Amino acid sequence: MNIHEYQAKQIFRDAGIPVPPGEIASTAAQAEAIARKYGGTVVVKAQVHAGGRGKAGGVKLAKSPEEARDVAEKILRLTIKDLPVQKVLVTPAADIDTEAYVGVIVDRASKRAVFMVSPAGGIDIEEVAASTPEKIMRHPVDPRYGLQPYEAMEMGFFLYDDVKKARAAAKIMQQLYAAFVKSGASLAEINPLVTTPAGDVVALDAKMVVDDNELDRLPQVAALRDESSEAPSEVDARNANLTFIKLDGNVGCVVNGAGLAMATMDLVKYYGGEPANFLDIGGSSNPEKVVNALRIITGDPSVKAILFNIFGGITRTDDVANGIVTATKQNPLTVPIVIRLTGTNEEIALRILQENGFSAMTDMDEAVKKAVSLATGKAA
Amino acid sequence: MSIFIDNSTRLLVQGITGRDGSFHARQMMEYGTHVVGGVTPGKGGQKFDEKTPIFNTVERAVAETGANTTVIYVPPMFAADAMMEAADAGIALIVCITEGVPVLDMTRVYPFVKEKGARLLGPNCPGLISPGKSKVGIIPGRICTPGPIGLVSRSGTLTYEVVFQMTRAGMGQTTCVGIGGDPINGTNFIDCLEAFEADPETESVVMIGEIGGTDEQEAAKFVKEKMKKPVVGFIAGQTAPPGRRMGHAGAIISGSAGTAAEKMQAFEDNGIGVAKRPIDVVQLLRR
Repeated sequence: MNIHEYQAKQIFRDAGIPVPPGEIASTAAQAEAIARKYGGTVVVKAQVHAGGRGKAGGVKLAKSPEEARDVAEKILRLTIKDLPVQKVLVTPAADIDTEAYVGVIVDRASKRAVFMVSPAGGIDIEEVAASTPEKIMRHPVDPRYGLQPYEAMEMGFFLYDDVKKARAAAKIMQQLYAAFVKSGASLAEINPLVTTPAGDVVALDAKMVVDDNELDRLPQVAALRDESSEAPSEVDARNANLTFIKLDGNVGCVVNGAGLAMATMDLVKYYGGEPANFLDIGGSSNPEKVVNALRIITGDPSVKAILFNIFGGITRTDDVANGIVTATKQNPLTVPIVIRLTGTNEEIALRILQENGFSAMTDMDEAVKKAVSLATGKAA
Repeated sequence: MSIFIDNSTRLLVQGITGRDGSFHARQMMEYGTHVVGGVTPGKGGQKFDEKTPIFNTVERAVAETGANTTVIYVPPMFAADAMMEAADAGIALIVCITEGVPVLDMTRVYPFVKEKGARLLGPNCPGLISPGKSKVGIIPGRICTPGPIGLVSRSGTLTYEVVFQMTRAGMGQTTCVGIGGDPINGTNFIDCLEAFEADPETESVVMIGEIGGTDEQEAAKFVKEKMKKPVVGFIAGQTAPPGRRMGHAGAIISGSAGTAAEKMQAFEDNGIGVAKRPIDVVQLLRR
């Protein structure tokens, strides 16, 4: 789950990390009032779940409250990577001497949380990592002991020669690690971590991604979810325990398992069609999940044919068959459906489908070809 | 021969009285797997289906049954503890089917299991099957058939798809292993490739990957450097749209976007036959 910058900043503040003040505005007038309160130059920052905000025009300086109103108005009209900006963070502009990067992420290769720090922070950090890897220090953390002070100091000195700044950075890294673990994060990032002319070390930006699997046991973190800033169909799917991503094509796909779902999309494309979505009903499916899946798919007017591709393992195909029957009784289909289903309880599933007037196929390639030809009106 | 499981596998089912655990315990028994016991805290002393003993703890179950393998079907918040309990009780192979295990839990479980000398498969995996001998997990037995091909996959249902197409084409399997798609898992592609290379009955290997990470690229290097047996591969997600990625850390740490194109290229560069569709795996194996 992504959280907004202002939410991540609050988590960082609670952990003791120095973060500049800031307030949220959802209208230009609110932004103006906040800027007036702070006085001086402020930064107006789009709060949206997408990277590259700055490059998309979502982060602007404003020298006066009036200018803050004007830039907020422009930013609140932006759509960044298909996501409309609904809130901005207004924060006093900082005087910056240097910009560093501090990130911690769960790393597949070392199977640990790994810190990555660089004295060359800012928006081009990926370029820095690619062209001058020696400017990045990586440090895996042993989960049994956590980040030790000496480890944090090694990284602190990698960022700053000055011992006071190195100590301040080391303290921030230990606080960041504590916040990372406490929030069930899979990524936490400060970019940039700045030094000011006064010699302070301050986190000017904050990013955090929370592991979805943690949300059941961390209700206070789960409560940070902002559904208004997500695509409505994706919110609907998640509430029904489905994984759904809307795409541009017209073959609606309902599949169990992410790998098979992707392979099904690949095959739709291979046979000349375009998938309308990625939809994984997951394992342990019950009929209700299938009912919800069909509701979401049929809610997309661009869908011209529906393709079920179910290979039962932990998913029982009879559950899926029952779901299809229930859903289509509630809401009769207006587009053709192609059902491919095999695996656990296949005999029962095929009988249920037959008794209710559906036919089912067992071959994936044949089913995909049929769905593509129904959607496009051409032979695949 | 086969890898990891065979006729000597003595299996425990952790979570045997749950919906998924009980269903798949029966399926495994039907397939011929020696299910020697189950574990559900509070139900120790009872019998599952009036024949299989249930224990309160894995330690007790191992002492009484001589189990050497366990399969875990407990809810995600209890899965880390179940894996650690099994490793501490001396189980050699731990297969965790549970989906949704927090990744920070896995950063603790992985080194713990390793120190105890156990092999962990999963979590969030379909398990494995050595056709005709033993199945541990949820791979449907009837889609497999004994033969000379080893299969390792990051996916669940996509594994079934490929195995099913191989079986229909008369290409049997020594062992099919689903390693799971979670960021931290106990057994990776290279572990399985190494075991297949050492297994005298495995003649060739199928590897099924997905977008994300660099495991497939590293496995491809291993194939070129360490393997004599032919390997063919498929990558799912060739048409997956680029996500709305947050943060830079992912790209910095792997130095890669983990796209299907990148992985297919790594396969090709390292002498692995690249299947464009699942069915093409069969064509490539024929060569």
